[in-house]
Amino acid sequence: MKIKIHVWRQQSPKTKGAMETHELDGVTSDMSFLEMLDTLNEQLNDQGKDPVAFDHDCREGVCGSCSMVIDGQAHGPKGSTTTCQLYMRSFEDGAEIYVEPFRAAAFPILRDLVVDRSAFDRIIEAGGYISNHSGPKPEPNSIPIEPEIQETALDAASCIGCGACVAACPNGSAMLFTSAKVSHLGLLPQGQTERYERVEAMVNQMESEGFGSCRNYAECEAQCPKGISIAFIGRLNSDYLKSQLVEADNPRGKMHAQ
Amino acid sequence: MNRLAKFYASSIGKKFIAAITGLILFGFVAGHVAGNLKVFTGTDSITAEGETFAVPHIDQYGHFLRKAGEPFLPAMAFLWTSRLVLLASVILHMTVVIQLSLKSAEARPVEYVRSKKKASSWSARYMMFSGSVILAFIIFHILHFTTGTIKLGQFEHGAIYKNLRNSFSLWYVSLGYVLVMGLLTSHLFHGVWSLFQTLGFDSPDRNKAIRMFAMVASIGITVGFALVPLAFLFGVLQEVPDYPHHLLENH
Repeated sequence: MKIKIHVWRQQSPKTKGAMETHELDGVTSDMSFLEMLDTLNEQLNDQGKDPVAFDHDCREGVCGSCSMVIDGQAHGPKGSTTTCQLYMRSFEDGAEIYVEPFRAAAFPILRDLVVDRSAFDRIIEAGGYISNHSGPKPEPNSIPIEPEIQETALDAASCIGCGACVAACPNGSAMLFTSAKVSHLGLLPQGQTERYERVEAMVNQMESEGFGSCRNYAECEAQCPKGISIAFIGRLNSDYLKSQLVEADNPRGKMHAQ
Repeated sequence: MNRLAKFYASSIGKKFIAAITGLILFGFVAGHVAGNLKVFTGTDSITAEGETFAVPHIDQYGHFLRKAGEPFLPAMAFLWTSRLVLLASVILHMTVVIQLSLKSAEARPVEYVRSKKKASSWSARYMMFSGSVILAFIIFHILHFTTGTIKLGQFEHGAIYKNLRNSFSLWYVSLGYVLVMGLLTSHLFHGVWSLFQTLGFDSPDRNKAIRMFAMVASIGITVGFALVPLAFLFGVLQEVPDYPHHLLENH
């Protein structure tokens, strides 16, 4: 296969970037998209040019590192897949492919296709945990959980935190990510203790990171490599509204000793 | 108060306000279309001073709205309360939406060179446009049929049927109204579904039904609204002779 690739090049966070065009020969249909970029980088090395910087780690679709927008879609045209699991057979011979970094104010570009997604880590830190005793492990089946709820919580937990939802959202909103993280704990009995504090803290962090607001476009759901449903956003809204309008602002349990 | 301010500061809080005010406005529009359809229910024959007059139902309905609540409420009280609630809803709805849009524009400062929309509907992406046109239309519509400031055909306060006929017999007035109603469908199609999602009522079990409700409601409302100008334009609804207006009082 011979392809033409338009790729975003940017030296550093402060410098101005631009699209650059390269022709690449010898691409096979069994190459993954990242292997194709590796090949491109070898060619650039041979020409004495800087290789294209991009994030990658596990290359098996679970780590959420390979962040890029391919032909206008986060993780490319295939749907329900990460860039590393996207194969060149999804493209035609002679294809012109546009590769851009995830675009959002909360995800500043570090170099070329690498963006800083630590805003997500800070959202998790704000409330993505449960309180648990540190003693001997309880019998795993001692808390019965309905299979339906288990499965729904697992659906939410399948979020790999790649940031495709933010990249896909025309408003740069992180609602799908935050809702998945809030829901997978909030659905399970172990997550009830901090349920309403969690949603408030995580939403507040999300807001302060400069993500946009959700307009219910559902673009995030369509471009999520794990197919996470916007139903979780509805759940997040519901939990957040309860935390603000129903739950006590100063619960007795949080009374300080006089 | 601090709690309320915090709630308003969050984007979900603002969206909640947009959803609730949207729901109020949707309720108004649904009531409005139901009232409009009274043009099709005909007239009542009222005999006064030995003469019989045909009084259109819609004129009586308008009179009922002005008098609603009497004698328990002062005259026009119901009407003005509703108007103020609606005005407040429109202002709040616009304010939060503009604030949210500004925040979103900041959150996505650079556009993609190539961008492909996979899921978002036309209706969802043009909410700002349809909303702005609807706002302009509401102002025009009040000046046209409520105050009679903008005269398109003869206007007489309280003679609803006659005013409708005078205006909608002009093809450009009918066409304009029908076109704006098309945009209203688009706004409601996304808005009605969206408010359920924002309020947290959306769930996989209900989503299909909510989407269906949004579609049926938005199309139904537009068809209902559009029927009136079209019926006058194509002569389905005929002229009703003048009648003395005090008949509305006595009836």
